[in-house]
Amino acid sequence: MIRERNLNALVLILLFTVPIWAFFNDQPFTITLATRAVIFALAAVGLNICLGLGGLVSFGHAVFFGIGGYAMGILAHHAQTYTPLMEAPFLIEGTKSMPVIWLVAMITSAFAALFIGMLSLRTAGVYFIMITLAFGQMLYFFSISWTSYGGEDGLSIYVRNEFPGINTLVPVNFFIICFVILCLVVALNAFIKKSPFGLALNSARQVPQRVLTVGLNPTHLKLVAFVISGVITGLAGALFADLNRFVSPTMFSWQTSGEIMIFIILGGVARLCGPIIGAVTFVMLEHFLGGISDFWHIYLGILLLVIVLFAPGGLVGLITGRGISHD
Amino acid sequence: MSLLKLECVTASYGSSKALFDVNLVVSEGEVMALMGRNGMGKSTTVKTIFRMISTTGQLTFGGQDITRLASHEVARLGIGLVPEGRRCFSDLSVTENLIAAARGGPWSLARVTTLFPKLGERKNQRADTLSGGEQQMLTIGRALMTNPRLLVLDEATEGLAPIVRQEIWKAIGHLKKETGMTIILIDKSMAELRQVCDKATILERGNTVWTGAMSELTANISQRLIGV
Repeated sequence: MIRERNLNALVLILLFTVPIWAFFNDQPFTITLATRAVIFALAAVGLNICLGLGGLVSFGHAVFFGIGGYAMGILAHHAQTYTPLMEAPFLIEGTKSMPVIWLVAMITSAFAALFIGMLSLRTAGVYFIMITLAFGQMLYFFSISWTSYGGEDGLSIYVRNEFPGINTLVPVNFFIICFVILCLVVALNAFIKKSPFGLALNSARQVPQRVLTVGLNPTHLKLVAFVISGVITGLAGALFADLNRFVSPTMFSWQTSGEIMIFIILGGVARLCGPIIGAVTFVMLEHFLGGISDFWHIYLGILLLVIVLFAPGGLVGLITGRGISHD
Repeated sequence: MSLLKLECVTASYGSSKALFDVNLVVSEGEVMALMGRNGMGKSTTVKTIFRMISTTGQLTFGGQDITRLASHEVARLGIGLVPEGRRCFSDLSVTENLIAAARGGPWSLARVTTLFPKLGERKNQRADTLSGGEQQMLTIGRALMTNPRLLVLDEATEGLAPIVRQEIWKAIGHLKKETGMTIILIDKSMAELRQVCDKATILERGNTVWTGAMSELTANISQRLIGV
């Protein structure tokens, strides 16, 4: 059995070395696959803050993934067509700058998460799941009917956006940008987990009434977690759109919300690197089994079933021999 | 000056009324025993103070009306609760339990572990693996970490071994003597209550039936109203 800390280090090292190996061996597709895994992992690390730490089963995280995607799509679309986003009362132009796009994606996701969280946290359990799902579907159908930005067909961006000082057209460079962001977010997650806020959130997840007696409002704690979680998933959405140079309503779909949740369940709920292991496993299955059969989701389903029934701590729990997800 | 005041307080669990007319006053620096037989409304009174139950009447803390506040707002005003049944954050370690509750003030991690050295020895141990006594010390420590002006202990020594109970009574005595903390105690140990408390309020069937200095609580009154 491997200690979880060592496993986390091993996962991050492997995730970094494979694309670097692919770069030196001229395998650009492998780099794209690794970048896809890293971005999915980022979205799932975001969801893990509210699902793992806060116990909030959000089935609507595709909202933030889609908002991030459309923030990138809309800004880059206006930049590439040289049309302003808005002229009155003040001029807003499109941009191809990644940091600006990320900032817009994160701020928009934060407001969306605040609004959705304030409404949905009035409920709990299955109602919370349904409300978050409803918001996801609302935005999904809105994006389908939003013909100014491609409607059902989505939006294509011809050239990847720019990052100051780095040529993002080189796949490995874009991978490194995404990987660094993932590492920073994992570090932030580790920090949150051990901070007074994270500890109180963990307690609020177990028995909300107990934190009341020490002067903490469990709903506020969960709302903050939901917003942080939404912001991270929104950022992942912007990166995902940039990876594909394409954004479509699929990013808002409930299947996307489900997939993000599957990454966490596969890897291990509330585990620091669980979402990363889950996302990598998913992308590998998608690539290798998808090449063999169109019905590869059946095998994914079987794996998920086995994990849920026999390894509730996910793959991380299985490898480290520690079934419980909270330490 | 009165720190906590309950006037004509009633409370009910749904349609079932539990408190009919509770009146009590605790002044700054005072240690008060809230007494009564089982089911007479002691814990319900605590729930009333913490706004956990539907209530009417007037509740003031530090001159401020707390009747309409939420539980966490009452706690933030400076009332620390040690709830019945040792309810610590079971998934967290001892240190994490204390950090999660911490608010600025004289009570720090070091000070709590000085009061309860056992917590220092077990600082990295998960709360649900501690003994009952240690869990109780942790719950008291956690309440102190919120730096309360008033500490409410609901059956803090119930079901503990005599040696552990002694340790907890010693800590309560220390809190009174060294810090002058205002405390409300609910407990069944008459001898210890008599040693520590300045005054007592006795409840019977959801009503305040006796209030006075502990020295005035004669064996006759306690036998009649509490049964001990």
